[in-house]
Amino acid sequence: MNAATELARRHRWRWWEALPWVVSLACYFAFPNYLAFGTQVLITILFALSLDLVLGYAGIVTLGHAAFFGAGAYTVGMLAMHWGWNEPLSGLLAAALVAGTIGLASGLVLLRTQGLALLMLTLCTMALLEQAANMGAAWTGGFDGMPGLSFGKILGVFGFDVLYYRSQYLYALAALFACFLLVRMLVYSSFGQSLTGIRENLLRMHAVGAPVRGRQVLAYAVSAALAGVAGALFTQANGYVNLAVLGLERSAGVLIVLILGGYGRLYGAFVGAVAYMLLEDVLAKAYPTAWQLGLGVTLVVVALYARNGILGMGDALWRRLQNRAAP
Amino acid sequence: MNFGALEVARKVNFRLARGARHALIGPNGAGKTTFVNLLTGLLLPSRGSILLEGEDVTSLPQARRVKRGIARTFQINQLFRGLTVQENVGIAVSERLGIGGAMLRPAGKRSDVMAEAARLIDMLKLGDDAGRRVVELPYGRQRLVEIAIALGLNPRVLLLDEPAAGIPSTETHILLDAIATLPKDIAVLIIEHDMDLVFRFADRITVLVSGSVFAEGTPAEIAANREVRAIYLGTALDG
Amino acid sequence: MDVISVLLGGMAAGMVLFVVSVGLSVTMGLMGFVNLAHGAFAMLGGYAIVLSMKHWGLPFPAALAFGFVFVAAVSVVAERLLYAPLYRASELDQVLLTIGLVFVMIAAVTLGVGPETQTVVLPAWLSGQTDLGFLQYRTYSLALIAAGTALMLALWLGFERTRIGARIRAAVDNRRMAQSMGVDVGRLFTLTFALGSGLAAIGGGLGAEILGLDPQYPFRYLAYFLIVVAVGGLGRIAGVFFAAILIGVLDFVLKIYFPKGGTLFIYALTLILLLARPQGLFGKRVG
Repeated sequence: MNAATELARRHRWRWWEALPWVVSLACYFAFPNYLAFGTQVLITILFALSLDLVLGYAGIVTLGHAAFFGAGAYTVGMLAMHWGWNEPLSGLLAAALVAGTIGLASGLVLLRTQGLALLMLTLCTMALLEQAANMGAAWTGGFDGMPGLSFGKILGVFGFDVLYYRSQYLYALAALFACFLLVRMLVYSSFGQSLTGIRENLLRMHAVGAPVRGRQVLAYAVSAALAGVAGALFTQANGYVNLAVLGLERSAGVLIVLILGGYGRLYGAFVGAVAYMLLEDVLAKAYPTAWQLGLGVTLVVVALYARNGILGMGDALWRRLQNRAAP
Repeated sequence: MNFGALEVARKVNFRLARGARHALIGPNGAGKTTFVNLLTGLLLPSRGSILLEGEDVTSLPQARRVKRGIARTFQINQLFRGLTVQENVGIAVSERLGIGGAMLRPAGKRSDVMAEAARLIDMLKLGDDAGRRVVELPYGRQRLVEIAIALGLNPRVLLLDEPAAGIPSTETHILLDAIATLPKDIAVLIIEHDMDLVFRFADRITVLVSGSVFAEGTPAEIAANREVRAIYLGTALDG
Repeated sequence: MDVISVLLGGMAAGMVLFVVSVGLSVTMGLMGFVNLAHGAFAMLGGYAIVLSMKHWGLPFPAALAFGFVFVAAVSVVAERLLYAPLYRASELDQVLLTIGLVFVMIAAVTLGVGPETQTVVLPAWLSGQTDLGFLQYRTYSLALIAAGTALMLALWLGFERTRIGARIRAAVDNRRMAQSMGVDVGRLFTLTFALGSGLAAIGGGLGAEILGLDPQYPFRYLAYFLIVVAVGGLGRIAGVFFAAILIGVLDFVLKIYFPKGGTLFIYALTLILLLARPQGLFGKRVG
């Protein structure tokens, strides 16, 4: 059965799937002065990947995903500042747990609604966390955040390199790889397929007896945990955390990254993050207002004509070429 | 039940026997689809109750009724349009087998799901299209996918809402053949306008008019019923 | 500060919120379109009003009219070209389009005018204080309260008593049925969108005194407009009115007595409210 065998082979690794990792490692050697920037890109990829799980696969539109990024970031920061717990790997784990729990709790409550109400509720949840962080200055450092954090050695061997971000880069890359493996496994599993079903036709999923809300909540919680890991990496790699890890700007930013790359495609996060951050780094500093204008125009164009992002356009092009080749 | 000021499905005392091959007919707007929506849990009745083999399922949501064994097709296809036929049927089978939420193994490696989906696809003569996305198929074949999904749920009660609508008349036999292969103790209810199909399929026919049961009986009785023929302006029931 | 002054101050702010948000509530209820750019239209209007007063010397009421017409015209163009293609699109696409529009409008304003906050010079008859007998209060705030209430009544009457209002209400309640009864839904959308955006423009101008006016205006107040709409209920004029007053007063009060926790309280309240009643205080329960 042709279709069945094709499905059975879909999860297998294809050769080009090694490219992102090979290229990332190559960058480590080729651009030793840009590893700080590279680390931010890797962190953004992870954040966008987490959003893809909930938005691209489960179809939940959220403007508040920064809540989980921030939760992870602040967890690691507070552990280091108040309890002197600065072991990096366990910090990641703690961040994942905290963010995931918040995701589970909020998902159980929020996902009873849909449409505008849900969108508003995701915004409100994030805004609540932001305000709490602002107010709880004793814990979170309030508006100024917690600067000057230092973290222990990774695996007891690799220290954080404040100047050149050498170990941070590889550390982030390793964390991204591990999380990516998890997401990839989920996406290709029956669970992932059911998420796609929920996104494609909610009514039909109900009509095949799927426990839709349970699946959505689970996807939301896992996604939250992953976003928390990204946030934790942010704090650990940069040595500080402040209110900017929460808030509409960060949520909108990661949404834009994912859409630009192409949601629901696993690698959209990679393409989007690299493209967006490179452009931003070059253009935004030189011409901030023009950058904003260009970004706005791009979003409008994408919304109208290219809602599947760069990868989507690539897909369409590929299909057109194939149709032209075959009679 | 009531839609605002409009009362639909007013007095329906309906019994679907085990193993039934039952058809529900009636003029447009009679409330047939509403009736199926009530049975499956898409709508909740303002009065009355729905019993499945003695168990009251009136308050159960759609998904739970499916787990109890009620499956349906929709009048307008409700498919996963971006996915292939194989995947569409596979999702239904996975849910039925209870592994829809499994996270570890890739979906494509579930040989039990794949085999069962393949069997259903073959039964509905969709084998050539199994790997194509639903959105690329002609409407008639999409309809068959809709039915394959319902069959994949292994229901005790199968509700088909105008299953033949959109299927070219040369292919409607595929539908009837598929139903013929179903276990004899499954109850099948079809809403249809195609009288030819109705009379080939049904052991029992209920006529619904303006939300109430107008007549019920064997095909012969219904065909002979003057008032029913009047409603259909005579011609259609002469088959 | 005594209670009445605080209440009046909050109500004035609430009125501004109302004038801006009422258009959003109606168009979202009517078109089912998530329009995050509504605040940007308000900003655009604010700038049009303030600048026409500054550079052309228009008197305040004329400037308001100008702002209304200008933004209404812009919104018609935007609606036909950009919004209409996405009426059936997913929520995500609508969010993207409108966020993009916000960026474009903010950039346009920054490039055209500059990043500074704009100040409004109020006409003499609106400045200063009015003696209410038991209290002396800012004339402008009192005028806002009066104008806002008048607007609410006018809109409410317009919706309830005119044929076009009936058509809008019908289309909000059940678009398909309204269409099958001969209502030209497309033209209705454009008209309502223009009206809503025009009102937002006036709100932007009126609120320049209270909310400020600078390029960051849309992002700063987006949440407030959305909260007012969500709490008030889609397409419910009276609902938006009361929600706006509620939020305005709450925010004002909290800023004075709990400067740190105020916003948190509003978000928490909205959260609880939307969970209990996703359709808002006055909205219709969705299927």
